[in-house]
Amino acid sequence: MNIIVCIKQVPNTTDVRIDPVTNTLIRDGVESVINPFDAYAIEEAVRIKERCGGKVTALTMGPPQAETALREAISLGCDEAVLVSDRKFAGSDTWATSYTLAAAIRKIGDFDVVLCGKQASDGDTAQVGPGISAHLDIPQVTYIKKILQISAQGARVERMTEEGYDEVETPLPCLFTVVKEINTPRMPSLKGMMRAKSAKPVKWTAADLEADPAALGLEGSPTRVLKIFTPVPRKGGEMLSGSAADVSKELAELLKDMVV
Amino acid sequence: MDYLLTEQQTMIRDLARKIAQEKIKPVAAHYDETEEFAWPIMKILADSDLFGVYLPEQYGGLGGGIMDMCLVTEELSRACGGIALGYAGTGLGTLPILLHGSDDQKKKYLPDIAAGKRLAAFCITEAGAGSDAGSIKTSARKEGGKYILNGTKQWITNAGEAEIYTVIALTDKSKGIRGASAFVVEKGTKGMEFGKKEKKLGIRASATREVIFTDCEIPAENLLAREGMGFIVAMKTLDTSRPGVAAQAVGIAQGALDCALEYARGRVQFGQPISSFQAIQHMLADMGTQVEAARALAYATARMVDSGAKSVSKESAMAKLFASDVAMKVAVDAVQILGGYGYMRDYPAEKYMRDAKITQIYEGTNQIQRNVIAANMLKEALKK
Repeated sequence: MNIIVCIKQVPNTTDVRIDPVTNTLIRDGVESVINPFDAYAIEEAVRIKERCGGKVTALTMGPPQAETALREAISLGCDEAVLVSDRKFAGSDTWATSYTLAAAIRKIGDFDVVLCGKQASDGDTAQVGPGISAHLDIPQVTYIKKILQISAQGARVERMTEEGYDEVETPLPCLFTVVKEINTPRMPSLKGMMRAKSAKPVKWTAADLEADPAALGLEGSPTRVLKIFTPVPRKGGEMLSGSAADVSKELAELLKDMVV
Repeated sequence: MDYLLTEQQTMIRDLARKIAQEKIKPVAAHYDETEEFAWPIMKILADSDLFGVYLPEQYGGLGGGIMDMCLVTEELSRACGGIALGYAGTGLGTLPILLHGSDDQKKKYLPDIAAGKRLAAFCITEAGAGSDAGSIKTSARKEGGKYILNGTKQWITNAGEAEIYTVIALTDKSKGIRGASAFVVEKGTKGMEFGKKEKKLGIRASATREVIFTDCEIPAENLLAREGMGFIVAMKTLDTSRPGVAAQAVGIAQGALDCALEYARGRVQFGQPISSFQAIQHMLADMGTQVEAARALAYATARMVDSGAKSVSKESAMAKLFASDVAMKVAVDAVQILGGYGYMRDYPAEKYMRDAKITQIYEGTNQIQRNVIAANMLKEALKK
């Protein structure tokens, strides 16, 4: 079973700052880490490999320093790593990003499963995973929380929904995006870290991919971010105090006024 | 202080610290309270290859030495001295095989230990043989291709949980301590049983039990070194492992200091953080200095062991003595800085204090360490 896991390097903060002029993320001075959701995808990929054999290839598109994330992926059990990096990719939206990653996956070739985190913690779009499957024209199952069974014949997975979960069967190859409920990522191992230190991720530029140059980067991005803003925080609730009888009466009046 | 660790040692320390802070610290109070053995943590340490840092590469290890083991022990102890002992106790049980085992014995046992698949334990202490380790009674009688063990070992760290036991027993009672020999006994051997789990003041996450041998037959090939070498195996093992106890003590002391420092910065009395009071500052300064001095001595000794020095008895005893006394003092001071809160189980300060105490007692009480140090000093003076 050959598994490709797509990862993204993101700023290590939940308090992401946005440049008010360009509406893009301010990355300066912020430590970069593997997108937390992708860590679950890496762990699941390694678990599938441990169960079924095969190999795991970590794939990322990003600036040269994204190699750090790939090395970390190797220390966590991935076998190989591919960095797709080119100035021509700058400014990619989710469409251009998934187009580029799909082209890289085609070039890697032989694969049964593509795993992604459900979304990145910086952009929060949750669109790149599904986009890749569309560009590759393979099935996708998003938000999976459990792989019940997987073999060359296909997979049966649990897909998280708001009320519960769906049980879905799919042939392979297939793309899955995972939620954090799926596993607890392991700690890196020393032998993995040493392997990561000496590993040489494969590096591909736009020229290495079979891709339409017009579909790459800012030029190839049909969407534009017009505005990103922090929502106005909700006001705190109102506390009622007094005896139970008084409070319930007051609460009933308030609810009546609010026409709930 | 920069101890000029190698790149590999820095990696080992950082990984051990990450596991300690992210995985052990949040559950330390739980295991202290329940006295359960922290198998889920042992699994994490195993999967991260930490059990193999001091074992040769040819036996599945990472090729480091006692210094590497000390770095791991210190970081784990900084989060929980009890859980750390599952790791350090395995090191102690492994050393007789590493130092005195044949190539076949090493091939048989070390790879599983390096992979963390099996824990180890060292069995020397008996009810009547503590500081006076020479008065052990457990016997090993040779019969054909077997040894038959009889006797009871007491307060054995990792007993019941470990699968590989290195045991000191008398093969020739008439020769006293010169008649002692070292053996490997595997859990599950007929005639080997475990006593009840002891209830302890500290290091409560560590399993301590009796190991009872009743006509326990083991193959003759389980003898380590030669008959009569048992006491030498034991002493060499303890000389080599004592920097590990020192590292455990340094870790406990550092954990207590971390706790006190954080509390002092946040606790407001008389309108200001108590860290602004000179009384607290001077305590913190002394604690910090003592911890660093203990660490420096522990590391220097570990490096001396790894250099292949012929005798490290005096230095190992000094490191263990100094670091454990520092751990006790710093932990007591940490509780004092936290005041009433320090006395409550809601904060980890009192646990560090309970955990610290054992480091002054086991692997030779600090009184015995002083005997060893003085004896070596006097011996050296005679030679001059």
